[in-house]
Formats: sequence, C-alpha cells, structure tokens
Amino acid sequence: MKKNEVPQDKSALENFTREVCYVKNNDGKYETDLSTGWDIKKIALDNAWEDIEVRIKEAEKKVRAGEASPILFFMELKLMDLNVLAGYSGFWTWQIKRHMKPAVFQKLSTKQLNKYAAAFEITIDELIHFKKGE
Amino acid sequence: MNNFKHHQTAHCENGVTVSLLKHHGVDFMTEPLAFGLGSGLFYIHIPFLKVNNGPAISFRTMPGAIFKRTCKSLGIHVERQKFNSKEKAQSFLDAKLASGIPVGCQVGVFHLPYFPKEYRFHFNAHNLLVFGKEEDQFLVSDPVMENTTHLSQEELEKVRFAQGAFAPKGHLYYPKFVPEIKKETLQLGIIKGIKRNCRDMLYVPGGIAGVKGINHTAKKIRKWRAQLGEKQAALYLGQIVRMQEEIGTGGGGFRFIYAAFLEEASEIMGNDKLLHISEKITKSGDLWRDSAVQMSGIYKGRLNAQKDYDDCANLLNEISQVEKEAFLELSKIKF
Repeated sequence: MKKNEVPQDKSALENFTREVCYVKNNDGKYETDLSTGWDIKKIALDNAWEDIEVRIKEAEKKVRAGEASPILFFMELKLMDLNVLAGYSGFWTWQIKRHMKPAVFQKLSTKQLNKYAAAFEITIDELIHFKKGE
Repeated sequence: MNNFKHHQTAHCENGVTVSLLKHHGVDFMTEPLAFGLGSGLFYIHIPFLKVNNGPAISFRTMPGAIFKRTCKSLGIHVERQKFNSKEKAQSFLDAKLASGIPVGCQVGVFHLPYFPKEYRFHFNAHNLLVFGKEEDQFLVSDPVMENTTHLSQEELEKVRFAQGAFAPKGHLYYPKFVPEIKKETLQLGIIKGIKRNCRDMLYVPGGIAGVKGINHTAKKIRKWRAQLGEKQAALYLGQIVRMQEEIGTGGGGFRFIYAAFLEEASEIMGNDKLLHISEKITKSGDLWRDSAVQMSGIYKGRLNAQKDYDDCANLLNEISQVEKEAFLELSKIKF
C-alpha cells in the first residue's frame, strides 16, 4: 500500500483513535501513517452487528413464546456463547443448556439466579421478570 | 513517577513489546523488528471452531509468542505470572508499579471502557501496558490508542479477569533482565526469526496452516454459497475481512509489517535479497486488500453469483502462491 492510498473513511473509531498503517513512501521505503477507517471494514462490522440484532430478536421471541428461558436472551444480548457464559457464571455448559429450559429455570434457587444476574451485569429482578417487562 | 513513553503501533502485542524493551534501553526496537524476531506472520483456518458464529481464521502467530520469542532471541529474561486470585493479581501489580516497573497485561476487550462499543466483543488476547497509578486510576498505555488512557481498579480487574477462550487470568509480564545487545546477537535473532517463519508458513503439516491454509480457505469459499445460503455465506466473508483488517488484528496489515521488517533486516544484515523478498510480501499485502474489496462486493449485496465467490477464492489461491514463492526464496538464503 502506498502512502496516498491510505483510506480515510468515517468509522466507529472516530473520536476514539486512528489506526497505524505501514505504507510505502515516495522513495519506496516503509513508514507509518494513520487511518481514520476503511469503508470495506466498516460495512463488514455493521453487518456483524445486524446479525447480532437478529439473534437477540429471535432469542426474545423464543422467551416470550415460552420456548426458552431468559438466560438465552441475555446471553445473546451480552454477545456471549455458552463457553463465555460458563466462565462468567461458574456453571458448566451442560447445566446452562438445562437452565435455558423454562421449566428448569422456574426451579432455580436465588443463589443460582444471582450467579446469572452477576454474569449478565443485571439485577435478579430484571432476569426473572423478563416476560412482564415492556 | 517513571519516565515511561507511550508508543502507538498497528498491533497490540508488537506495541507492548516495543514499549517495554525501549523502556529498558533497547532503543533500536521497532514494531517491524519485534514482529520479525518473533516470527509473527502466519495464517491458520481452524476447522470446526466458530468465532462470533463465523469461521476461525488468524493471520498472525499465537498470542504471547511474539513477546516471548523476541525477548528470548535477544537474551532478555522475562517474568510472567497468572493468578487464581484477583487480590493477589492486584497486589502483585501494585508492587511492580510501586517500584517503577511498567507491566504488560493480557486483557479482554468486552469491558474495556475506552474502546468504541462497536469493537467490544469477547476477545481476550488484547495487550496493554500499565505504567503507573495516580490516585485511584491506573495509567494505561494501550498500543492501538493514539494517547495514554486510564482505568479504575474495578475496570482493570474486570478486563484482566475476562472469561471465555484465552481467558487472561490476570496474566502479566515484563522484562526482568536486559543484557547489552550486540549487533551480532540481533543478526542471529533475525536469521532465527526468519527461519522459524519459513517453517510456519511452509511446513506445518495438515493443510490448514501457512500458505496451504490460505488455499484451504479458498476451497471452503467456493462451497459456501451452496452450503450456507447467500446470507450466511456473505456474513462469513465479512468475518474474514474483519479478521484481516480489524484494528489490531490486520491480516493485510500484517503482511505490510513483515515487508517493513524485511526492509529493515536487509539493512542490518547487509543483504539485498531480503529487500527483493520484501517487495513480494508487499505484493501479497496488496492482494489481501484486493480480496477484501472483492469480498465486500458480496457482503454489500452488490454481487451474489457463484462466480463472485470463485473470484474471491481465485484471489486467495494467487496470494497463497505469492507467499509460497516469497518464503521459499527466503528459506534458501544462505546467511
């Protein structure tokens, strides 16, 4: 990449930072330059976020339809997967899968619910009263 | 207060390496040199593993390897520590800072407050430096940021004990002993770094790593449209571009850093062949950028025929060939 080819597009980095790029200067030698962003990347990132929004909506639908417990919704909302949630909650992944069943979720103790609430950084109320909310 | 100086770099681990070594008097250290001594260039497409629901691809070597190898090749002794207890992790850091020693920390970015929200995923192989404490704020030098920043004790604890793949467990590291580094030591380090990188790019068995790994991804791309449907296939291509070009991960970017390393190495070694191979790696970096543009045509929704996927795959095959030739040539140099 040549120095005059460094993309300077608007991106989520605005007001946070600029990226260092290694570019060829006019003498054909490498030097560094700063880039504000590149549209090609920005769109890839935007698409990834759209996909996340879809996953969150689908999870919400499942919880409202009684097909899954709120744990699924909050896991998607916090961009987690089973392994990440296992790390933050202290449960095994197979336990989490069970707790995603509404009937099992109903029977969780306060202590167990607290672990999930802490992992999602919400109150226990927000976790159990998911259906009544909104 | 110590006289720590912040250095912004393209990649976080290079940056932490450069800042720590410069702080300890290794004035000649640059980002390309750290990357080359640490044999940082790589490619791997890990099968059966999904990252953020897409393909798991990396354009660089394992996290931690660059710092470790660069220090080792220069005879620098490194101290590193992981912790089971958050309290111990904190008091260890406090003690180091109190004696004026800046410390590299592995962190997760999901809870990193000074990152834009759009970039905050559960990614745990980020690196930053803590170089002091003022009142209740820790002074932080994050290599991808233009300026230094700070974190409260609570914020720092959260990112140091992030969970998921590559969970940092409070991992911190710093040079313990830095010898006088002779030019011959540096030259030997460069040779070793180059040889190891040739091995990684050319001879890792299994067909998913190095130049063969790039062809492996090309083969997959040809099938994605039929296998996954247009929407998912487009998202997968977007993921490749993000892995390739995202801040601090840069795949095409890594090729340019390596080309800059070969340019520097050519001067230090007095070897013009290295400069010639540097041009080839630059070409590969440019082709990676071309491939990103081609892939974006698909995930923008402008292109969606099988032929467009084949075009992406063909570009990757070409890149694989260019990198293969460059590293074969590199492996044949007699130093």
